[in-house]
Amino acid sequence: MSQLNLSLKIWRQKNANEKGSFETHQVEANEHMSFLEMLDVLNEKLISEKKEPVAFEHDCREGICGACSMVINGHPHGPQQKTTTCQLHMRHFKNGDTIHIEPYRAGAFPVIRDLVVDRAAFDRIIQAGGFVSVNTGQPQDANALPVEKDQASRAFDGAECIGCGACVAACPNASAMLFVSAKVSHLALLPQGKVEAARRVQSMVKQMDLEGFGNCSNVTACEAECPKGISVENIARMNREYFAAVLKSEE
Amino acid sequence: MPRDVASRAAKTACDEGLGVAPTGLAVYLDFSAAIKRYGQSKANSAGIHNASEAQIIELGEKVVEEKYGNLFEMYEKITGENPYKLPMKIYPAVHYTMGGLWVDYNLETNIPGLFALGECNFSDHGANRLGASALMQGLADGYFVLPYTIGKFLSGDISTPKIDANRAEFVAVEKETRERIDKLMSIGGSQSIESFHRRLGKIMWDYCGMSRTTEGLTAARQMIRELRDEFYRDVFVPGKGDEFNPELEKAQPAADFFELGELMVVDALNRNESCGGHFREESQTEEGEAKRDDVNYRYVAAWEYRGWKEEPIMHREDLDFDNIELKSRSYK
Ligand SMILES: Cc1cc2nc3c(=O)[nH]c(=O)nc-3n(C[C@H](O)[C@H](O)[C@H](O)COP(=O)(O)OP(=O)(O)OC[C@H]3O[C@@H](n4cnc5c(N)ncnc54)[C@H](O)[C@@H]3O)c2cc1C
Ligand code: SF4
Ligand code: FES
Repeated sequence: MSQLNLSLKIWRQKNANEKGSFETHQVEANEHMSFLEMLDVLNEKLISEKKEPVAFEHDCREGICGACSMVINGHPHGPQQKTTTCQLHMRHFKNGDTIHIEPYRAGAFPVIRDLVVDRAAFDRIIQAGGFVSVNTGQPQDANALPVEKDQASRAFDGAECIGCGACVAACPNASAMLFVSAKVSHLALLPQGKVEAARRVQSMVKQMDLEGFGNCSNVTACEAECPKGISVENIARMNREYFAAVLKSEE
Repeated sequence: MPRDVASRAAKTACDEGLGVAPTGLAVYLDFSAAIKRYGQSKANSAGIHNASEAQIIELGEKVVEEKYGNLFEMYEKITGENPYKLPMKIYPAVHYTMGGLWVDYNLETNIPGLFALGECNFSDHGANRLGASALMQGLADGYFVLPYTIGKFLSGDISTPKIDANRAEFVAVEKETRERIDKLMSIGGSQSIESFHRRLGKIMWDYCGMSRTTEGLTAARQMIRELRDEFYRDVFVPGKGDEFNPELEKAQPAADFFELGELMVVDALNRNESCGGHFREESQTEEGEAKRDDVNYRYVAAWEYRGWKEEPIMHREDLDFDNIELKSRSYK
C-alpha cells in the first residue's frame, strides 16, 4: 500500500457572515482511502492538536445521497468523471500533490461553514412539486399500472439524480436546470406523475427562479460534472413540458 | 446460502487469520463460474452452438451487468479492480438493526402521540433479514398501517389548544439539553468522538454481532461500561455549543450509543438460545444452525431503561401460536 504525502489548501470559513480564506495542511494518506477518509485523517490530526476540524458534509459514503458536496481542484466532486467525492479514491492522486478543496460557490447555496453549504433551496424546489399524490391504505394490484421497460428506464435515468448540486456549482450561471429537469422528467415519464404534471413543472420552475438560480445558456458543464451522468436531454424535455403547461394554462 | 450463514463464515475465516487483502479483512467472492454458467445458458437460448469460451464469458458478463451492474461499478470505484475479471474482496458489515422501540399494533410508542415507523421500531425479520424486507417494512408501516391508526390519535388531539412553549415541561427539557451539551463541551479531554465511536462499534461487532457467547457478552458489558467512563473523562469536543458544530452533532448520539449498546448486550445475555438474528454459539445444532428454546424463550422482550445506574427491567410479551406450528429453519 503506498502512502501519499499531500498538501491540502482548504477553504476555512467560520460562518456565512465572516470572510473565509485558504489554509494549508499536510496530510499523509494511503492510496486505498476515499477522499473523505483522507479528510477524516486530517480531522483526527487537527482534533489531537486541539484545533477545529474541517466541516464537510457526508452521509452514505457510497455515492447515493448527494451530501458530500465540495469542489476539488476546480471540479465539483473532483476531477474523476461520474464519481462523487465519497467515491473518489486517493489512488487517483500522486505523492507530493497539492490539492485545492473549497465549497460550492453559488448565491443560492450560501456557505454554512468551511466546505458545508446550505442546499435547502433544492428541498424547497422539491417541496414545490417534486412529488406524486397517491392513495395510501390499500395496496394496489401489482399490474394495475403497466409501465413499458423503455419508459421505466428513462424515468429511472432521471431518478438517479442525487440532488448533490454539482450541476449548479459547475455552471457559470449557477443554474439549477439539470437538477430540476431530472426531477421533472423522472415523474413526468411515469403514469403516477401524469396527473399533476402541468402544475408540477410550473411550480418547480417558479421556485427555482425564486431561489435565485441563474438561467441556462446551454454551456452543458453540468452534464460533464454530474456524478450520476444526468443528460442535458432532460432540460429539453422539461422545456417542452413547461411550455406545453403554460400554453394549456393560458387557454 | 443464507445471508447470516455466509456472513458469519466470512468473519470467522478472517478472525482465524485466513482473510485476504493487505488488511486481512476480506474473503473472495468469485463470479467467474457464474459468468460462465450464465453465458452458456445465454448461448444455448440464442442457438449459438460451439460458442467459444471468450464468447461465453462475454455473454455471461452482460447478464451479470444487467443484474448487478451498478454494484460492480461501485466496487470498481472503491477498489480500483475490475470485478468482472478479478474475484471481489468482500467482508460483512452491519446495515440493519434488529429490534428497536416498543410499539403497539397502531405503531404508537409508550409515549402517547409518538409513533415509530420503519427500522426504529421492533422488527419482524428472521436471521437473514431477506433482501428488500427492511424497505418493505418501512413501506408497510407508512403506507398501510399508519394512515389507518394515526387518525385515532389526531381526532382526540384536535381540540387541544396551542401549547405554550413557556410551560414548565419545555423549560425543564431545554435546561436538561443545555446542561448535557455544556457537560460534553467542558470535558476537554484528549480523544475524539470518532475514536470512541469506533471502539464501541468494535466491541459490539465482536461480541454482540453475528455470533455471541455468554463469556463474550459478559466481557462486552464491562468493556462498554469502562469505555463510557473513559468517554466522560477524556473526550474532546472542539468548537462551541451554540454554533454549527458537526463534532457536537456526533457527540450526542455517540453518548447515547453506550446506553443502547449495553441494553442490546443485556438482552442478548438474557436470551439463552439462538433465535432469528441472535445466534448464541452455545445453542446450535450439529450442523451449526440456530437452536431455539421454545419452552423458555417463546416471548418478545421489551426493556425499560431506567438510567445508567439502574438495571433495566424486562417486560415480556408471550408469543402464542394457534394456527401455525413452530418449525426450525432448514435449507435442506
Ligand atoms: C448500506 C445499507 C444497505 C441496505 N440495503 C438494503 C437493501 O438492499 N434492502 C433493504 O430492504 N434494506 C436495506 N437496508 C436497510 C434499509 O435501507 C433501512 O432499514 C431503511 O432505509 C430504514 O428506513 P427508515 O425510514 O426506517 O429510517 P431511515 O431511512 O434511517 O430514516 C431516519 C431519518 O431520521 C432522521 N433523523 C435521525 N435523527 C433525527 C433527529 N434527532 N431529528 C430529526 N431527524 C432525525 C435521519 O436523518 C433519517 O432521515 C440497507 C441499509 C444500509 C445502511
Ligand atoms: S443533476 Fe447531477 S449534478 Fe445535478 S443535482 Fe442531480 S446528480 Fe447532482
Ligand atoms: S456521502 Fe452520500 S453521495 Fe457522497
